[in-house]
Amino acid sequence: MAAIYILWLRELKRYVRSRVQIVVSLGQPALYLLALGYGFSPVFKQAGAGNYLQFMAPGIVAMAVLFSSVFSGIAMLWDRQFGFLKETLVAPISRLQIMVGRTLGAATVATIQGGLIVVVCLIGGFRPHGWVAIPASFIFVAMIAIVFSALGTCFGSAITDMQGFQLVMNFLVLPIFFLSGALYPLRNLPRALTWITHADPLSYGVDGLRGVLIGAWQFNFALDMILLSALAAVFLCAGAWLFSRIQL
Amino acid sequence: MIRVQNLSKTFDKFEAVKGISFDVAQGEIFAFLGPNGAGKTTTIKMLTTLLKPTNGSIELDGLDPWKHQKQARQRFGIVFQDPSLDAEQTAYENMELHGVLYHVPRKIRTERIENLLKTFELWERRDDYVKTFSGGMKRRLEIARGFLHTPKILFLDEPTLGLDPQSRNQLWTHVKNINESERTTVFLTTHYMDEADRVAHRIAIMDHGAIVAQGTSAQLKQQTGADSLENAFLALTGTSLRDEAASSTDRMRQFAAAWRGGNRR
Repeated sequence: MAAIYILWLRELKRYVRSRVQIVVSLGQPALYLLALGYGFSPVFKQAGAGNYLQFMAPGIVAMAVLFSSVFSGIAMLWDRQFGFLKETLVAPISRLQIMVGRTLGAATVATIQGGLIVVVCLIGGFRPHGWVAIPASFIFVAMIAIVFSALGTCFGSAITDMQGFQLVMNFLVLPIFFLSGALYPLRNLPRALTWITHADPLSYGVDGLRGVLIGAWQFNFALDMILLSALAAVFLCAGAWLFSRIQL
Repeated sequence: MIRVQNLSKTFDKFEAVKGISFDVAQGEIFAFLGPNGAGKTTTIKMLTTLLKPTNGSIELDGLDPWKHQKQARQRFGIVFQDPSLDAEQTAYENMELHGVLYHVPRKIRTERIENLLKTFELWERRDDYVKTFSGGMKRRLEIARGFLHTPKILFLDEPTLGLDPQSRNQLWTHVKNINESERTTVFLTTHYMDEADRVAHRIAIMDHGAIVAQGTSAQLKQQTGADSLENAFLALTGTSLRDEAASSTDRMRQFAAAWRGGNRR
């Protein structure tokens, strides 16, 4: 337990200390929110779909959590090639402890990051349908963070160079975001797109967030929760397995 | 303390280590010398549970490191060829983290961290981030960290690579002191013959995956009729250059050096 705690703490310390990075990572979601949120607002309203800023803010929160979580994988790549990971791998503790400590740390960081984006959204004009919705939404923020931090651990364990990571970013993480319903409603889409969006794990996270925050559900609370929990279990196991196979 | 018999490692068809045998007694400083690609690092990796040997047996303090990984790891410390510190944490935090990972009880941990940081002249800088340290300071911190859990054996893989003579000198003085005060067995590899000559009690010379000679520095010189260890080394391993193919790690390293503005060490 002590080993898990100290590795978790390390991830947290790294996050809190990189103040520049925190500001930078808030900048991108803020830009999406202002440029797209206000930019598409008139069209969205004319289509009779309501306020676009309200609609997309939960999606932006999900995006920030997704990126923050997966980027923990890149940090692992770094630790792996240049040393610190080795220090943990030769320590008399199990690989599983290391993996759990790191992944929980990454998930905690992503959750905090999500919380900050919620604040940015509130400042930007987003209003949830009730104030209790904000603490309640953290169930889904945390679920998204765990699912994708575990996925980040899988990437970090399986990939050995930067090119590989760019590949994952461009062909997996960005599609996960764009096909998740974060930016548009999942109703009345072309059939192929409907299938793809329903197969995207983030769709259920976005739906949960949006449901809790503004009361608009595409699926429902139980389905979102069950699917995300199952995925978290699968990715954690896969991550643990891949992490145990790392060779130096 | 270390007993290796007929140890070999084959990657695909390439035999990196070809059936080597040696013994290191408790409290001894044992140096492994050899040209690039001789199999030194592969041997260290097998000794420290990072690689599974293809054949042969290893005993560390009577334990097979592959079968009893945790117990073996608790008994040795290792300083890698590349730095393995967390640059974003302070020197003290790096020590603390190591102590927790190696199950050193809090009270002993606090005492030993203070003693070791003082011995290695880093106590004044304990609250500074490691990224602000010079190459020599990082090395000292890594070695101090390696001693933290009172290992019976300390492995040092080219610990003085890229250091200036002052730092090298100081580093070996500290290592020798702790070797004497705590009776820690030290197993090291280096390219600097003068270091091996000065520090090591016994030396093994490795080339093309096999041990070509072992003994004290005096014995090696006598055996080859050379006046210095360097000449003895050249007499045993020849003068041709060894070219290694750059591994993906090397390429990453170059990439990182460029990315960080080349001031990594």
